Amino acid sequence: MSIAPSDSKGAGGALKEASIAALLTLALCTPVIMFRTESDPNDGTLKLLFRPILVLVFMALAFVGRLAVLAYKAQPAKAKAAPAVGAPSGLRAFFSNVIGPVGLIFLLVYPVALVLWLGPGGSLKWIDSYGIQILIYVMLGWGLNIVVGLAGLLDLGYVAFYAVGAYSYSLLAINFGLSFWICLPIAGILAACWGMILGFPVLRLRGDYLAIVTLAFGEIIRTILVNWTAFSGGTNGIDSIPKITFFGLVFADADNGFDNYFHMDYSPIHGKLYLYYVILALALITNLVTLRLRRLPIGRAWEALREDEIACRSLGINTTNTKLTAFALGAFFAGLAGSFFAVRQGFVSPESFTFNESATILAIVVLGGMGSQIGVALAAVALIGGFEILRELSFVHWLWFDLELIAALVIFMGLGLLTRKLLLSAFVAVAMLVGASLATMYGLKSGLLAESLWGVFRYQLDIDPTQYRGLIFGLGMVVMMIVRPRGFVSTRAPSIFLVRRTAVSGDLVGEGHG
Amino acid sequence: MRWKSDPLLVVEHLTMRFGGLVAVNNLTFEVGRGDITALIGPNGAGKTTVFNCVTGFYKPTEGRLALARTGVADRSRIEALTRSSARSAKQGEDELFLLERMPGHLIAHHAKVARTFQNIRLFQGMTVLENLMVAHHNLLMRASGLTVLGLLGAPHFRATEAWAVERAKYWLDKINLMDRADDPAGELPYGAQRRLEIARAMCADPTLLCLDEPAAGLNPRESLELNTLLNSIRDDHGVSILLIEHDMSVVMQISDHVVVLDYGTKISDGTPVEVRNDPKVIAAYLGVADEEELAHVEAEIHA
Amino acid sequence: MDNFIQQLINGLTLGSIYGLIAIGYTMVFGIIGMINFAHGDLFMLSEFIALIVLLLLTKTLGFGYLPVALFIVLIAGMSLTSVWNWTIERLAYRPLRGSFRLAPLISAIGMSTFLSNFAQVVQGPRNKPIAPMFAEHLYIKFGTHNIAIQYRQIVIVVVTVVLLGVFWWLVQRTNLGRAQRACEQDRKMAALIGVDVDRTISITFIIGAALAAVAGSMYVLQYGVVNFSDGFLPGVKAFTAAVLGGIGSLPGAVLGGLLIGLIETFWQMIPTEGVPEYKDVAAFSILAIVLIFMPSGILGRPEIEKV
Repeated sequence: MSIAPSDSKGAGGALKEASIAALLTLALCTPVIMFRTESDPNDGTLKLLFRPILVLVFMALAFVGRLAVLAYKAQPAKAKAAPAVGAPSGLRAFFSNVIGPVGLIFLLVYPVALVLWLGPGGSLKWIDSYGIQILIYVMLGWGLNIVVGLAGLLDLGYVAFYAVGAYSYSLLAINFGLSFWICLPIAGILAACWGMILGFPVLRLRGDYLAIVTLAFGEIIRTILVNWTAFSGGTNGIDSIPKITFFGLVFADADNGFDNYFHMDYSPIHGKLYLYYVILALALITNLVTLRLRRLPIGRAWEALREDEIACRSLGINTTNTKLTAFALGAFFAGLAGSFFAVRQGFVSPESFTFNESATILAIVVLGGMGSQIGVALAAVALIGGFEILRELSFVHWLWFDLELIAALVIFMGLGLLTRKLLLSAFVAVAMLVGASLATMYGLKSGLLAESLWGVFRYQLDIDPTQYRGLIFGLGMVVMMIVRPRGFVSTRAPSIFLVRRTAVSGDLVGEGHG
Repeated sequence: MRWKSDPLLVVEHLTMRFGGLVAVNNLTFEVGRGDITALIGPNGAGKTTVFNCVTGFYKPTEGRLALARTGVADRSRIEALTRSSARSAKQGEDELFLLERMPGHLIAHHAKVARTFQNIRLFQGMTVLENLMVAHHNLLMRASGLTVLGLLGAPHFRATEAWAVERAKYWLDKINLMDRADDPAGELPYGAQRRLEIARAMCADPTLLCLDEPAAGLNPRESLELNTLLNSIRDDHGVSILLIEHDMSVVMQISDHVVVLDYGTKISDGTPVEVRNDPKVIAAYLGVADEEELAHVEAEIHA
Repeated sequence: MDNFIQQLINGLTLGSIYGLIAIGYTMVFGIIGMINFAHGDLFMLSEFIALIVLLLLTKTLGFGYLPVALFIVLIAGMSLTSVWNWTIERLAYRPLRGSFRLAPLISAIGMSTFLSNFAQVVQGPRNKPIAPMFAEHLYIKFGTHNIAIQYRQIVIVVVTVVLLGVFWWLVQRTNLGRAQRACEQDRKMAALIGVDVDRTISITFIIGAALAAVAGSMYVLQYGVVNFSDGFLPGVKAFTAAVLGGIGSLPGAVLGGLLIGLIETFWQMIPTEGVPEYKDVAAFSILAIVLIFMPSGILGRPEIEKV
């Protein structure tokens, strides 16, 4: 039997382990998955919904998954090592040199190309949800990267500064009628001040304590925003925040409107395009400043601090001030981003500034590879873009937890183990899955397949895929830590070199002490 | 007896307690200007604690640590400064510091005391050159106008940075690491890491260089190179050195002055010759005098 | 005065729950130096387990005698939650031992997000209320004062005390406890002298989970409502309790829990308008203040920076 793990347990051993995994899954599924609590529509009391098929599905998944892991482990070491060495260093260097400029050009052209291709109406969503939304997170990721990636200070309350920026703009604009462009720097500076105020007492704490205290501060600010209704509007938040202007011109169908002034027909896409380029510019400024600072003494001190704080003190570096500047600068960029968020949304409420938001930004930094600008940008695209794509997949709940899925997985595993051709088996499995889904969908639609009959074989959950966002996100973070703890870009580029720029392996790079 | 006539650092009645444990007890000694002073003693004698007090990592429980960067550390000035609440006193070019009143980074920055660590503390994920550049932090920080001018690329900052790179290259050359300037510090072999740590401390432009077991883990050839390096630091750069060392051959060959600690107290103080003939020192290293082992150790010391 | 004593009892009840959760934080931190961020969400999961088992017993099976039902709920909750935490440790934390220092913390944050979303997906986002249990009052005359204690509060305090006693004995007096303390001191050395480190850490997670499950059951009993987002706030507050008591110290965790429970309860009594809503701010501020000014807590050992 070829699936035998190397430690001679044999296929029987593998099956036994997979069975144990299935049994463990049974224990985990009892009772949280096996029974769903539902309110009785009549009297409002809770009743239990028995879902044995779902549990069976999970058990099967665990069984198959465990087999897959064992089969992977049993592979000869050579086969596993091959892809790791795969990319030659020359290609990689070329790639890393090229990705920056190419990415920049892509970002500049992206919205215009979309408008030309899909027309103003069709491109709106793609510019807004995929363009602006992602760029906000790219900027936040780059901002937090200064704090976490460069200075090695784990900040779990970063979203607080984002909130400070958003509320600063909203309140200044509403109460004093100031324009976005005046409020933007003020919001940034206010956020930076908050960064210093909060940072000063906590920055001597060690890493994980610092993380928890910053989390506490983030929550304090949010709780205040929720409860201080007179100031922040409480849970209702602040709405009708003034929109962004272009040298005093508003983006609306009005006399003093942008379109009117330039003798164009009014189109909402103009405002969106403008917002896109504003956030692109803000994000690029963040990036440029960070890249520049890395080559200055302050940036080197941040990285040195991350590597070894005690050595820094022995070299005369004022560690408190150095940490504070990192913290304040990170907060400054979050303030700018928050201000932009408020002007784009036209509405802010504490809902947008929960711990989950901080966790998302931190995940972007960590997944991207701490300290790497490109990595952070890629991670933001993957994560936020992924979330947005989930939104598009509203048809997916047809496939969720279908027995077809299980069948496809079993086929994949079986073929994979027998032929050892993973790609081929994956292709066959996916093809069968898609085929079966299409067939059943057609069957149901045309009435060839009775709904009730089909219902026996599948377990359809009536939940839209966006709800799985947190689930996938959380799991992704765990898996990433196990598989690639240093993120997409795990090497560090030195800030100065004599002869050649050699990337420093992530295993050598420190991750901060406090 | 330069440490008596022209002391750079005067340590008086230094005591350091951790809870009930007395790590250093009422220690008084001087470090002479231009001397290589060795602090020796059995394990747990409190040597590193003294270092940590001198470099500001610990705040001494009691005692005074006066350092005269230039000029003479004369008693009346030290007393006057002690009575005031200031950290330092300037008199013309001369500046006098009370180290126990200063936080670590200011000791390094103003009093110009640089150090190395027993368990090497390099910035492992940064390159060799970057390590040396970080050591120029305060100089470059000033030149970059606290980052603002640097961000704008002011010529003065560029010039200063170029100068710092040149100086880093000088030290790289000196410690034979020129060809590894762009490699991560963490990838260097052990002996090279020790040398780099010394070079990094030298780039901070110290008056007093404190070395915590610089020869630990070095092979005989590296040990010899270290001696040359330390002599050159003292003679060519006029930097005084305070070192902790277990390797007696290093201590006896290069030091001008030896201070011996045992259980936190000073048991001997003098030239290497004086110290190695001090029966108290031999007893401390051996515990109870065992004739055979005593002879063995003596042979080692004299070797 | 009557109100004061009433609130005192309420505070102690809440504090017992925090204390039970805090032990999980403190033990895990003690042994592997990691803030188990997912512990609060594990508590939330245990609430669901307790709720479902209770409904299963009382509604589906029609089991009428509450004390026995509660006992079964406790046992089932403790064992099932332990299986969860064992699995979490095995899958999400153990592979990261020896990885870079922040990896376990980030993995735990991911696990926390996963657990709360998992509960939301499988059980739905709405509040899950049940009918109150042991709601009758016991009236005690105390001089001129009349104090009404709910039976469930007595149950909670008694169960907490008994189970704390059992686990205290387990950790202090058995081989397991010795192994745990050895791992706390030096994991490598402990392994060298024959302590099964992996097993010891697993058991630590299991004990933490079991106590969190007790807290979960007690929470269902006391408040009678469960929600998927229940993990975050109690989690942070219990962590605050662990820090306040001195992280690494078991009695410290309980003491810290009681203090946090009392502070929170009495904060809500402040008559000034607008102030009671800030009870969470009070808890978070305590966390920040304690960490900044006395990081070793009330009963913890101070740390000396090694150079």
